[in-house]
Amino acid sequence: MSSSRRSGPAARAVRPVGLAVLGVLALAGAAHAAPIYGFGKPATAAEIAGWDIDVRPDGRGLPAGRGSVEQGQAIYDEKCASCHGTFGESNSYMQIAGGVGSLASDQPLRTTGSKLNYATTLWDYIRRSMPFTAPQTLSADEVYALTAYVLNLNDVVAPGTELDQYTLPRVRMPNRDGLTTAHGLMRADGKPDTANTACMRDCIATVRAGSEIPGYARGSHGDLAQQRREMGAIAGVPMSVPSIGTANAAGAAVPNTGSATTVAGPALARRLGCTTCHSVDSTLVGPSFRAVAARYNAPPPQGRPDAQSHLVAKVRIGGAGAWGAIPMPAQAQVSESDTRKVVEWILGGAQ
Amino acid sequence: MADHQATPPGRRRFLRGSLALGGLVAAGRPALAQDLSRNLPPNVPEWETALGAPILDQPYGVPSKFEANVRRRESPGLTRTPQSSVAFTPLQNLFGIVTPSGLHFERHHAGVPTIDPHQHRLMIHGLVERPRVYTMDDVTRFPSVSRIHFIECGANTGMEWGNVAVPTVQYTHGMLSCSEWTGVPLALLLDECGVDRRRAKFLLAEGADGASLTRTIPVEMAAEVLVVYGQNGEALRPEQGYPLRLIVPGVQGVSNVKWLRRIKVGDTPFNTREESLHYVDLMPNGVHRQYSWIQEAKSVITSPSGGQVILDRGYHEISGLAWSGRGRVRRVDVSTDGGRSWRSAALQEPVLSKALTRFRVDWRWDGASAMLQSRVVDETGYVQPTYAQLRAVRGTRSIYHNNAIQTWAVAATGEVSNVQLAT
Repeated sequence: MSSSRRSGPAARAVRPVGLAVLGVLALAGAAHAAPIYGFGKPATAAEIAGWDIDVRPDGRGLPAGRGSVEQGQAIYDEKCASCHGTFGESNSYMQIAGGVGSLASDQPLRTTGSKLNYATTLWDYIRRSMPFTAPQTLSADEVYALTAYVLNLNDVVAPGTELDQYTLPRVRMPNRDGLTTAHGLMRADGKPDTANTACMRDCIATVRAGSEIPGYARGSHGDLAQQRREMGAIAGVPMSVPSIGTANAAGAAVPNTGSATTVAGPALARRLGCTTCHSVDSTLVGPSFRAVAARYNAPPPQGRPDAQSHLVAKVRIGGAGAWGAIPMPAQAQVSESDTRKVVEWILGGAQ
Repeated sequence: MADHQATPPGRRRFLRGSLALGGLVAAGRPALAQDLSRNLPPNVPEWETALGAPILDQPYGVPSKFEANVRRRESPGLTRTPQSSVAFTPLQNLFGIVTPSGLHFERHHAGVPTIDPHQHRLMIHGLVERPRVYTMDDVTRFPSVSRIHFIECGANTGMEWGNVAVPTVQYTHGMLSCSEWTGVPLALLLDECGVDRRRAKFLLAEGADGASLTRTIPVEMAAEVLVVYGQNGEALRPEQGYPLRLIVPGVQGVSNVKWLRRIKVGDTPFNTREESLHYVDLMPNGVHRQYSWIQEAKSVITSPSGGQVILDRGYHEISGLAWSGRGRVRRVDVSTDGGRSWRSAALQEPVLSKALTRFRVDWRWDGASAMLQSRVVDETGYVQPTYAQLRAVRGTRSIYHNNAIQTWAVAATGEVSNVQLAT
């Protein structure tokens, strides 16, 4: 860093950055311009050698060294098998072996052996990234040996094979021709492979849901009510709400299999603070919602036919004595329509 | 009301207070019902009758504690180790187009390294006349530029290729973030090193993490690439590559190499592991598309969105994000009837190239079921495809570059859920 401090920008006029950016690479064949700023220091050959670890498909970058399938197996069993499986069969991580020829099937088995196009990339990756917890600790010989063993697990090389910087680039992977650059995603001006139109009216005749979140997966990502900001007119769905289905695979209509408060009720009860003192099915400070429902839905004299309006009023003006000594304060800050939704949900059984 | 002095202050605190209250009851101490109107008009809120926290209570500020729900999350079961994994941005909770730095999605291949900036170096070599090593003092000394760009992982929405799999927009689209990035144009650094303009065709960018992650970048993209150290006014977060990363505008996330330590100028693509075994697009004929860099135009409604419930009928704003790796968003259309009819949304300025664009439409929910969709048209005229159109070309077994139109079903209950249309 001290060298850059000393050198500083060149004395001649500094080109505007924009021009420098536009000019670069556009002037093909132009002589190498002198540096404008000159910051940094020259990279020495030794520095480059220490960091220049990439290996290309033609073998450029491979260091001297050699290793055999058998040597590789010994290293693999010690350092690799715990994650990748004794025969490279473990699919807990990237599966190493198997699946050749499966990629066009309905059940493609994506493995190192079935997908990789060049063995040099395997060598490059083992050296730079593996073992997972101690990357760049293997010697060149060890990497050649491991590469040979992994290729042998895939029946690409025979037992007894030894690989080095001359033989490895000549190994032909089963999927050598399985990758293509004939597509439109390499350039910003590449040709797209779909051609939707921006239709505005009468675009499709029927709307039909073909796939929806499976009921069993609805709670797979935790309580969605706690993944939404605690303010706003749209809340997260509490996972205490049972799945009622939201889309009908048979037609456009989405059936209302729950009442209007099936989901909004519990979300509002949470949002408005009801659940501070009440829970669905056990007594906290106040009675459970289901105990309230059981009492007010019962035949008179315990229950009452006007339970809905009675409870809405009671929530808003407060009450005491019905469930014990602790009074329920007036909740006049809650709008009547929100109160009505929560009460309707409670009397519906707080499902 | 006077006997409620023992109750915790603040209405929001009530929402989290049930456990504490339960504890009180269990301990046999007198429990008190809550007065939820304590701080509401006509009462004077307690925080108005007391002194607040002093300055420097949080020297590097953090969000209100009532925002605890707003955080990155992982998708259970998606990955085997937390070091090679993904944390998704909570798009459902964000405003505008800039992602707070602490909520930018995470994708690492060997964990987040802790790098001392004094010991970090950027090496540029290969087909250059003057291979150089730069310190962070050097890099930050060059003339800087700041630009707003999105980063989207190539695998964003990848879990949904075959069918609906995850419940909320955080998991369907949350490998997407947008920041103002500050750094040095890569082209300037290449000029400094005397790049061989005739032979230079492809660059290799390499990270200093435990994966030493590498990606090939075509040299013609270099004019837009930035070598950045700043994000939204602060230094890069460690999860985003501190102290130095690459920003390759419009290109899938993995190319935006973090913890950047080396750029090699070469003449052929490098065929690295992350562009041969992974980040390749499996087509129905078993062939993989390689070097599929560009993130095509895509949009999604973030509110209302999956896993939410609309609490009331009447007016609600439909709001979402649109972006294109090919340039600016030209237009966004929104449908509330599953794509039968569409109307154009308002685009919030600024509308920037290869940045997120916020769109909005007014909506009056009448309590009936609905199917919400958004569809972006970018400046090239490309129209975001439907699932049917995308699958007709690419099948259902790819992992990457799923930019299909997202559908959120609104039930009469107000519950919003993730669905895909059959046609």
